[in-house]
Amino acid sequence: MTHYSWFSVFAKALGGNKGWDRAWRDPEPKAAYDVIIVGGGGHGLATAYYLAKEHGITNVAVLEKGWLGGGNTGRNTTIIRSNYMIDGNTHFYEKSLKLWEGLSKDLNYNAMVSHRKIYNLFHSPSQMEGFAKRYNIMRSCGIDGEILNREEVMKVLPYLDYSPNARFPVYGAASQPRAGTARHDAVAWGYARGADMRGVDLIQNCEVTGYQRDASGAVVGVQTTRGDIKAKKVGIAVAGHTSQLAEMAGLNLPIESHLLQAFVSEPYKPLIDTVITFGAGHFYISQSDKGGLVFGGDLDGYNSFAQRGNFHLIDHLLPEGKAMVPCLSRLRFQRTWGGIMDMTMDGSPIICKSPVDGLYINGGWCYGGFKATPGSGWCFAHTIANDRPHEFNSKLTLDRFRRGYALDEKGAGPMPGWH
Amino acid sequence: MRVTCPCCGERDYGEFSIYGDASRQRPHIDDTDFEAWYDYVYIRPNPKGRHQEFWHHIQGCRQWLVVDRDTVTHEVYGVALARDVVTLPDAPAATPEEAK
Repeated sequence: MTHYSWFSVFAKALGGNKGWDRAWRDPEPKAAYDVIIVGGGGHGLATAYYLAKEHGITNVAVLEKGWLGGGNTGRNTTIIRSNYMIDGNTHFYEKSLKLWEGLSKDLNYNAMVSHRKIYNLFHSPSQMEGFAKRYNIMRSCGIDGEILNREEVMKVLPYLDYSPNARFPVYGAASQPRAGTARHDAVAWGYARGADMRGVDLIQNCEVTGYQRDASGAVVGVQTTRGDIKAKKVGIAVAGHTSQLAEMAGLNLPIESHLLQAFVSEPYKPLIDTVITFGAGHFYISQSDKGGLVFGGDLDGYNSFAQRGNFHLIDHLLPEGKAMVPCLSRLRFQRTWGGIMDMTMDGSPIICKSPVDGLYINGGWCYGGFKATPGSGWCFAHTIANDRPHEFNSKLTLDRFRRGYALDEKGAGPMPGWH
Repeated sequence: MRVTCPCCGERDYGEFSIYGDASRQRPHIDDTDFEAWYDYVYIRPNPKGRHQEFWHHIQGCRQWLVVDRDTVTHEVYGVALARDVVTLPDAPAATPEEAK
């Protein structure tokens, strides 16, 4: 494989961009592996990459039913941040953000990580207190964060509605300067290439249909549409279908699958050079490097495995955007798409050994999975390699619900559609 | 999606508030079995296919409904009033007047 550098890009450009190698191989599945990761999205590919890089486990296959990065990795709004409050989430997401910081260099692949800040607007003194509590906890954990008053927000975000007629006047904002965005596809491709270079087999068009079990009930391999494959350990990282993959092993999880839409406007001149969230409703917006304004909000609200949304939510979301940034009303919105979210009962993810020997679970990302991609892969690889969690994911267990240690940032209770 | 409410007829789904899974049976209030309550509060079957769920016609008749819907195609197979199909293990027996 070619090591990418400015020299290789320049030399290949002079040669008419001929002679580039494939970024990764397309191998046939072997009969057996040490570890099989089910799911070739960002989390699965990152897991394989860190298994090889951090733990020296290279006899690994990633099985993907479609194409690499074709699920939620390619369907999100690309925001990265670590502004979480509850112990168990805080340090995990901060680990992930730290991995984002060096990711392009580590992968030798431009993930286009841009630390363009996030502003969480608030609209009342009591809402400010809520954000101040969260951001103070972050700062006490060594995570950057600051509180801005209305005048300070007016300087950095001059295009918000500050008029006397504003439906929800801006009172101030909480901001994490190191938050930002990344190029979602490049993250999957960078991890794929990095894993492949270290000997991991990436096998596409290979759907897992069941598990092979030994006499004790332990998982010792998988059945796939491309034949049976043995494995000492099997990890699942399958976005919206964690329930289905777990059910094949006889596990019922505290998860429901819900539908989340994302939207992009027509390309526009540079307007929003950061990420902004609305405090009076669920709406957030950023601008892609191509110029499209990328925004999203709430779940559609019903259980769904259909990757398409309904109009009602669009009708709800666009006025929120206009209430926050009035000039959006002149833009046409171009595309909407839907992704299937594993919604857990507390809104926090699960990365742990499952109760079935040989089976490991990485799922329940709700709608916050993209920012967690590096940290999720790093912790899942650690959990699989050592048969125990790292401190960073030690509280993201499946049995936290049974033990009464749910990590409910929003305080919504066991209602997966409300997180 | 459109849902045919037994009281109001065919209505847009935006008129409803969706509460979720209606397939689970709440244990009897005197049931002290930990597993039964854990299952009821946290575990969901999450089927990829037909799903029974509670919908509240919040902008209509305000009745609680049980909707039988497909989670892949979003096709609605049937709608019933929740009070007709849900039984609670610890509900007091109906008085002769109520039974009428």
